[in-house]
Amino acid sequence: MSLILEHVNYIYGAETPLAIKALDDICLEIPDGQFVGIIGHTGSGKSTLVQHLNGLIKATEGRIYYNGQDIDEKGYDRKALRSNVGLVFQYPEHQLFEIDVFSDVCFGPKNLGLPKEEVERRAKEALAQVGITEEYYTQSPFELSGGQKRRVAIAGVLAMQPKVLILDEPTAGLDPKGRDEILHQIKKLQTETGMTILLVSHSMEDVAEYVDRIIVMNQGRVMFDAVPREVFRHYKELEEVGLAAPQVTYIMHALQEKGMQVDVDVTTIAEAAEEIVRCLETLH
Amino acid sequence: MLRDITLGQYYPTDSIIHRLDPRVKLGGTILYILSLFFVKNILGYLVAALFLALVIRLSKVPFKFMIKGMKTILFLLLITVIFNLFLTQGTPIVTFFGKVSITYEGLKLAVFMAIRLTFLIIGSSVMTLTTTPNNLTDGMERMLRPLKVLRVPVHEVAMMMSIALRFIPILLEETDKIMKAQIARGADFESGNLLQRAKSMVPLLVPLFISAFRRANDLAMAMEARCYRGGDGRTKMKPLVYEQKDYLAYAALAVYLVISIGIG
Repeated sequence: MSLILEHVNYIYGAETPLAIKALDDICLEIPDGQFVGIIGHTGSGKSTLVQHLNGLIKATEGRIYYNGQDIDEKGYDRKALRSNVGLVFQYPEHQLFEIDVFSDVCFGPKNLGLPKEEVERRAKEALAQVGITEEYYTQSPFELSGGQKRRVAIAGVLAMQPKVLILDEPTAGLDPKGRDEILHQIKKLQTETGMTILLVSHSMEDVAEYVDRIIVMNQGRVMFDAVPREVFRHYKELEEVGLAAPQVTYIMHALQEKGMQVDVDVTTIAEAAEEIVRCLETLH
Repeated sequence: MLRDITLGQYYPTDSIIHRLDPRVKLGGTILYILSLFFVKNILGYLVAALFLALVIRLSKVPFKFMIKGMKTILFLLLITVIFNLFLTQGTPIVTFFGKVSITYEGLKLAVFMAIRLTFLIIGSSVMTLTTTPNNLTDGMERMLRPLKVLRVPVHEVAMMMSIALRFIPILLEETDKIMKAQIARGADFESGNLLQRAKSMVPLLVPLFISAFRRANDLAMAMEARCYRGGDGRTKMKPLVYEQKDYLAYAALAVYLVISIGIG
């Protein structure tokens, strides 16, 4: 049970003067239940990559397997794939269209051909998962706040009960509070349901705290693929491609340069605080 | 999936045709289309074809891009040919069921009409493929300026056109994105009967309209923030000025017109 990509290439606008190689020989394996962060600068191919995973874009070359089956093979059930691999697009609130919140969330499961009771059960469950309470069910989705709209849109994908959930920049354009809320809810979802989650972002800060693994994309290639602390060790190289390690990494390196014996591999603010306290205590 | 529409899309490359003043290209296209309707015999069309081939060659745009634009009007072309073929009075060649007949005149008209339409579309494709939308509306604005005397809001019309043209690729991209997002939610835009298909467009059209209005609103605000208040007293950053190559192009056009009208 996993997603496997073998030598995937993708070229936008092939055979035109505007042809761009968006993906260049991508080989990845994403096992079940993992929380993966896909990081890259604008135009690094991260959004293109995730659209391959549920068959929205067909690879120019290479193969993609979901649970051992080639998704580009003739006769492969794409609809089943899309219910198993849920994709939340960037600014997902732009896809809302129904007259009220509840019917909009029902759209996905309804398309799966489920009976009405099951559709409604799933919609309620999904809305609860993103923290939208019943008082909003009958409101127009266009009257909600930005953060609420986004959560409703995410619920619209969750209601299909995918086994793999891909979120493309789910925090773009949200304030820090809205961002933290969404990320917390995603993490909670992952620990509670054991869902595989792929979180696309351009910000290390966003993902450092939550993910098990970071895939760094640059110019259509996988630049790094490792656990966060290992990736952050390359903070100088990350800077060269327009990315940055979390601020704690910089602070820890600065402290080390000043002669403090801190562990520079910490990834979160909480860990960093603990580490600094530990160091100060050993000094005394 | 929606990016295949080339009619009205710029093909970026550097050629003599690309560098021509947009007024030359606009005027040239109009005169070329007019010439197609003056020509009455095969020889005239041959001259028109040669002229078009020369311009395409000079423009450095691959021929298949011109053909792509044809796909969209194939249906129209087919209907025109069929109507002309069957509904023209004259000397019959073949008669079906004793009533419907293909006449010699009809055949001739159908063939000429097909050639005219094909050349017309390819000819205007050459213009849009070699001229950026902005340049095109600039040229149009300049050419229509005399109409200002008649109180036609030339600048406003040109501005509206350039905005409309600018929004085509944006909305296409948006459509593509929303379509994908809904497909990811299990939407099906391809199967079902006509009614079901029309219904399946709702999840696409509602977000598209909302986004179009939002963008229009943002644009209006951005224009106002930069003190835009219409065409009165407005100067151009890059005024259109004729150069030698433009006069040469006009001369070439005149030669073509004389020959084609002389022969046709």
